[in-house]
Amino acid sequence: MKIKKLFVLLLPALAVFGLIVFNACKDANKPANSDNAGLTLEPGFSAVAVAEKLGSARHLVITPENDIYVHLANPVHGKGILVLHIDGDKTTLKTSFADYGGTGIAIKNGYLYASNNTEVFRYKLNAQEEVIDPDHPERIVKGLLSRRMHEPKAICLDNDGNIYVNIGAYSNICSDYDPNKTGCPILDSAAGIWQFKVDKPDQTYGDGVHYGWGLRNVVGLAWNQQDNQLFVMQHGRDALHDLFPNLYTVHQSAELPAECMFAIKKGDNAGWPYVYYDWMQQKNMLGPEYGGDGKKGADPKYINPVAAYPGHYAPDGLMFYTGSQFPEKYKNGAFIAFHGSWNRAPEPQAGYCVVFQPFKNGMPDGKWEVFAGNFPGSLAQTSPNAAEHRPCGLAQGPDGSLYVSDDQRGTIYKITYNK
Amino acid sequence: MKKKKSAVLLFLTFLASLSFAQAKKPIHHSTAVAASMARGKVVYTNICLACHMADGNGVPTMNPPIVNTDYVLGDKPRLIKIVLNGFKEDVQINGQTFSNNMSPHSDLTDRQIADVLTYVRKSFGNKAGGVMALEVKNVRALNNVK
Repeated sequence: MKIKKLFVLLLPALAVFGLIVFNACKDANKPANSDNAGLTLEPGFSAVAVAEKLGSARHLVITPENDIYVHLANPVHGKGILVLHIDGDKTTLKTSFADYGGTGIAIKNGYLYASNNTEVFRYKLNAQEEVIDPDHPERIVKGLLSRRMHEPKAICLDNDGNIYVNIGAYSNICSDYDPNKTGCPILDSAAGIWQFKVDKPDQTYGDGVHYGWGLRNVVGLAWNQQDNQLFVMQHGRDALHDLFPNLYTVHQSAELPAECMFAIKKGDNAGWPYVYYDWMQQKNMLGPEYGGDGKKGADPKYINPVAAYPGHYAPDGLMFYTGSQFPEKYKNGAFIAFHGSWNRAPEPQAGYCVVFQPFKNGMPDGKWEVFAGNFPGSLAQTSPNAAEHRPCGLAQGPDGSLYVSDDQRGTIYKITYNK
Repeated sequence: MKKKKSAVLLFLTFLASLSFAQAKKPIHHSTAVAASMARGKVVYTNICLACHMADGNGVPTMNPPIVNTDYVLGDKPRLIKIVLNGFKEDVQINGQTFSNNMSPHSDLTDRQIADVLTYVRKSFGNKAGGVMALEVKNVRALNNVK
């Protein structure tokens, strides 16, 4: 009896004790860095910031020796490329070089490739994939147009000794250059992807192949190894409502046109500035500058996208996942880094996330999903000025982890799967 | 029927005389500015906000802020000319470079431009004098001569 009474008296205390023990166990099950560096992730994944405050960190590549080469848009202390060595969840700055800022960076067959707004260079690597002579790269491409808009020359390489270089349109929709709508005159030297040889010095327009046409601006591009084909992400046009208030509502202008993924074969034309893609009607449309009304379809000679995403999300990074750390569904699928919009006002801005696009046999298969979110820090900070971080570049580590760069505060995130 | 029409006519005449009387009265300055601001906000929302953003802070590297900058707070004719002619060169503001082109907005009326500039010069923490339609008219006249 006495014992029973004591037990009843102690019951609340026991309950509290039990709760504490239970919660402690739950905490113990969480990874050490349980806040995922502020990101929201799919279950089973975790994130850490392996580097911070690097500057405007754009695209990045990672060597089998766990070195990161990251290209800064603006050089810091006169250096535009940083080399960081990964050691678990941390990195140390190994060295820095290149007296130019830029976005493009790639590694293939013993060379590092990097671009500024008008040129592409390559640096020979040693057996540890370190740059041998950082001060004397070979210039392989020169004289590309850079006219104050869509200047970055994003790059990627195929398996046959070619490099693909984006040359963005220096205009939203070519109105300034085609006032009478007789044909946009800048398409011969911009708004496309050019193919150059990786090993020929000082190539320029005449030496290259005008590989993809009518692409307004591409920052994320990647070579798909499954079907040996170039994939690009186009930044779609702005201001449908501002320019054509009678044809497009404010809401339509925020959602349209789609940001498009194109699979590009030599000579393909995606149709800028004559065409845009409406992801809600799932239709390639004739642009309003050239007689479109929001209903008329585009000339079928222009290719359709293979996948489409909401307007103005600004896809800045594209990477095919070939690792085996992540679950099977991610294998050979595409990750897309959406830098985030500015042209959805007065509606809330959006994007600012890393998306996963499932693939099957080298083509998109199924609906995209947000893989990593909350880069801005909160919903209220989801705007180009207030965002704490904006995803830009993507790279795969030798262990199959996904690395994401942020050009707002210079963070590099490492995302891993915890079995 | 006829009676109704004449009554309406009478009422309209009354209204017209009222507004005439009002026009003769000196309009209180702050009321006029408030009205211009209100109209200017509409112009801003429809024309400018998409690039310069609801808070006037613009977009990094692309669209310049219109807050706390001499381009907005300084010389009025220069500012009026930017609206009329657009802006097609890199501009440095507070150490950052902005490079998106701004289209000309010469299709706006003198009053719309005066209103929107009055709104911009007195909003987002800016505290500068308003712009009158006459000032826009004068700049436009000179601008057109070139």
